Amino acid sequence: MSDHRKIGEVILNLEGISLSFGGVKALQNISFNVREHEVRAIIGPNGAGKSSMLNVINGVYHPQEGVITFHGEKRHNMDTHAAAAQGIGRTFQNIALFKGMSVLDNLMTGRNLKMKCNFLQQAMYWGPAQREELLHRKKIEEVIDFLEIEHIRKTPVGRLPYGLQKRVELGRALAAEPSMLLLDEPMAGMNVEEKQDMCRFILDVNDEFGTTIVLIEHDMGVVMDISDRVVVLDYGRKIADGTPDEVKNNRAVIDAYLGVAH
Amino acid sequence: MSERSTDTFPRLLLHQAAVRPDQPAMREKDLGIWQSWTWGQVCEEVRAFACGLAELGFKRGDNLAIIGDNRPRLYWAMAAAQCLGGVPVPMYQDAVAQELLFVLQDAEIKFAVVEDQEQVDKLLEIKEHCPMLQHILYDEPRGMRHYDQPFLHGLDGVQDLGRTRMRDHPDFIDAEIARGNPDDVAIMLYTSGTTGKPKGVCQTHAAFIVAAQSGVDFDSLGPQDDILSYLPMAWVGDHLFSYGQALVAGFTINCPESGDTVMTDLREIGPTYYFAPPRVFENLLTQVMIRMEDASAIKRGMFHYFMEVARRCGSEILDNRKDVPTGDRLLYALGQLCVYGPLRNVLGMSRIRVAYTAGAAIGPDLFRFYRSIGINLKQLYGSTETCAAVCLQPDGQIKFDSVGKPVPGVEVKIGDKGEVMVKSKAMLKGYYKRPDATAESIDDQGYFHTGDAGFFDEDGHLKIIDRAKDVGKMASGAIYAPNYIANKLKFFSHIKEAVAFGDGRDKVCAFINIDMGAVGNWAERRNIAYSGYTDLAQREEVYQLICECLEKANAELSHDAMLCDSQVHRFLILHKELDPDDDELTRTRKVRRNFVAEKYAVLIDALYQGKASQFIETLVKFEDGRSGNVSADLRIMEVKTFPPQSAKKAA
Repeated sequence: MSDHRKIGEVILNLEGISLSFGGVKALQNISFNVREHEVRAIIGPNGAGKSSMLNVINGVYHPQEGVITFHGEKRHNMDTHAAAAQGIGRTFQNIALFKGMSVLDNLMTGRNLKMKCNFLQQAMYWGPAQREELLHRKKIEEVIDFLEIEHIRKTPVGRLPYGLQKRVELGRALAAEPSMLLLDEPMAGMNVEEKQDMCRFILDVNDEFGTTIVLIEHDMGVVMDISDRVVVLDYGRKIADGTPDEVKNNRAVIDAYLGVAH
Repeated sequence: MSERSTDTFPRLLLHQAAVRPDQPAMREKDLGIWQSWTWGQVCEEVRAFACGLAELGFKRGDNLAIIGDNRPRLYWAMAAAQCLGGVPVPMYQDAVAQELLFVLQDAEIKFAVVEDQEQVDKLLEIKEHCPMLQHILYDEPRGMRHYDQPFLHGLDGVQDLGRTRMRDHPDFIDAEIARGNPDDVAIMLYTSGTTGKPKGVCQTHAAFIVAAQSGVDFDSLGPQDDILSYLPMAWVGDHLFSYGQALVAGFTINCPESGDTVMTDLREIGPTYYFAPPRVFENLLTQVMIRMEDASAIKRGMFHYFMEVARRCGSEILDNRKDVPTGDRLLYALGQLCVYGPLRNVLGMSRIRVAYTAGAAIGPDLFRFYRSIGINLKQLYGSTETCAAVCLQPDGQIKFDSVGKPVPGVEVKIGDKGEVMVKSKAMLKGYYKRPDATAESIDDQGYFHTGDAGFFDEDGHLKIIDRAKDVGKMASGAIYAPNYIANKLKFFSHIKEAVAFGDGRDKVCAFINIDMGAVGNWAERRNIAYSGYTDLAQREEVYQLICECLEKANAELSHDAMLCDSQVHRFLILHKELDPDDDELTRTRKVRRNFVAEKYAVLIDALYQGKASQFIETLVKFEDGRSGNVSADLRIMEVKTFPPQSAKKAA
């Protein structure tokens, strides 16, 4: 399947990123890039700095050193709002949905940045506001259809099982029609069947919408199966970068995962 | 009826399109919105479809496989094949590739119309074993972009092809429809294969139209009716209701958004005519009961009070009986306002005029529940071979334990061994390529042997007790009807499936599958922690619970002079749910008793040897096709039995 996708130019380049919290050096001089339409995995043992890396990409954390180039534009810091507006979508390791709201409403929040009408117009639900709402609802329905969650459309998210919540979270990210999607452990805590479903959805997103995917995942089987290139972090340093096969046979990676006799 | 304009299904479609071109024929929920097609539009779509099929080389006499959930375009595929004089062969959409393979080979399928990528993948997996299979057409293009095999076609493309052909040869399709003959085979439905390999049942246009017409007349169905089509298209019931009767009566069929949304869709559509196997009604009732237990005390009290009122007089009022006291009538009216009406609404059954159930025995309590809240639920009896139309319960003459009276035009008689035999116009032409099987099941006088054992009661209602070949004798010589016992046990909400043994033995023992939903909820209420089915099933408390159910069943059986020896003496709860993927159930979810008996022979031995427990390890297939092991040490428990009660009176 992946042969048909055209992997394009580098769209995101990270150069010499260092991030520390006081004395803790979370990331040290890390450089890697992401090409358009590819599935890029970030792996590494616990505490390696994977989530921090994602947070740097979409501007939650601001690195002390380093340059981020996104779509040719150089910047020292991303800013979350700008990142979202430029098409970086994201899901979180701990589900961050509005538990009391329905699936539909949660997905609708993903369209927030695309809504043009002001608060008053929306409150009146008249004219342009109504048209806009219908348009957004249509987009949301497409996402619902895509993720096969029709049956829980009106169910409050808090009542859903974990696997489905993860899917809804992916849905919310998709609702923003991102060009790049950052997934933080999308398959953590899932059973085999849920994982397979999630893999299929990720590949479908990548394939049908051409969305670039950057994902963190612990399940090596999944990573090796679905990603085009893998970057490996360990204690805040990059220890390997390459295709799944290259990474799999890399001595440093094996040592990092299995431990090494000193 | 004998009019030429309505004697085949394609001509019926033209007829409906001419009589009511602007009335909705089909609806499907897509992207959250109900889309509808009028009879005129459906007719045009089908013609384009048929022309497209013809363009690809589909010819008179070819068989067209149809695999997928109920979608309008798959129903159109049926009509399109029939227009060209071909025979649609719907198959169960949840069957695994290997099961499809048999039917594909047996029916010599050249063309298959399937729903989506999932089904395409299944066919591709087995295509090399089906040299006959030339073209695969798919409805849902999602995920199909990178399939470049030349024999794969999207339905849109096929219909476009057909439209071009219609422009070039405007008379082609009408000429093809005119060539159709009422005695041509209209549809081939494969039997579920409870007994051996599935057989293709060939039904003619004439037979199916007679069956549909008699049902339509019986319940005066008309174009104003709505039905939800959600049962497998390969099942004769769905074919009769969603295809045959819809075309005869001109009512609207509604296809749900997906298999998981049926309940929501049911509420939104509010069908007037409804058909479901007992298990669906059972699940609904279980859900209602579970949710009522979670409701506030006032609501719960109100519910139980009025359900008691309904139990007393509900079905009598529905039957228009005159002997209901005025006080009860008033209470029932109040209940209608407070409980029954809202409840029907929640179930999506507010508008139902007629509801049918068939396919398996329905519990008297379950049946009474629906009737008592004002839903005109009735039973019917039939089989694939008889177009599902043998007996229907007439309005006002409902008996809980019978399946009603023979439909007009159907002759029913009881054979030597209690076997029910049927003769009517709505009967199979034969089994596909199996003249031996045809000769075996239809005798010289034209009676079809249903294989069911039953008898007529004093009012001329047919009562079915079991499959004729399953009825056996116990060591004591008493009659033993395993499914009768199993059904009796399944009527308890905590028991999902039961398999009874006792043929040629001195006592009856049983395997039980607990109902995960009901028992899980029950356990939660009692703070019983469990990790999954296997764990829950082996809890002491659960065994006690099931034991109580069996005792009740035994007490009831002890009153039955014929079946009092069938009381269950010992039972165990299986460590896994019986599953069609493990071949333990058929696709229509009937237990394959012999297969189960063989597979779990060690457990049966343990039951009869009086052991207190037995270790078992079983290979199970997961939904994704991989397999794994489930093992457990199964407890075995004794049940209290009762001395025969009616025997004294009889003696």
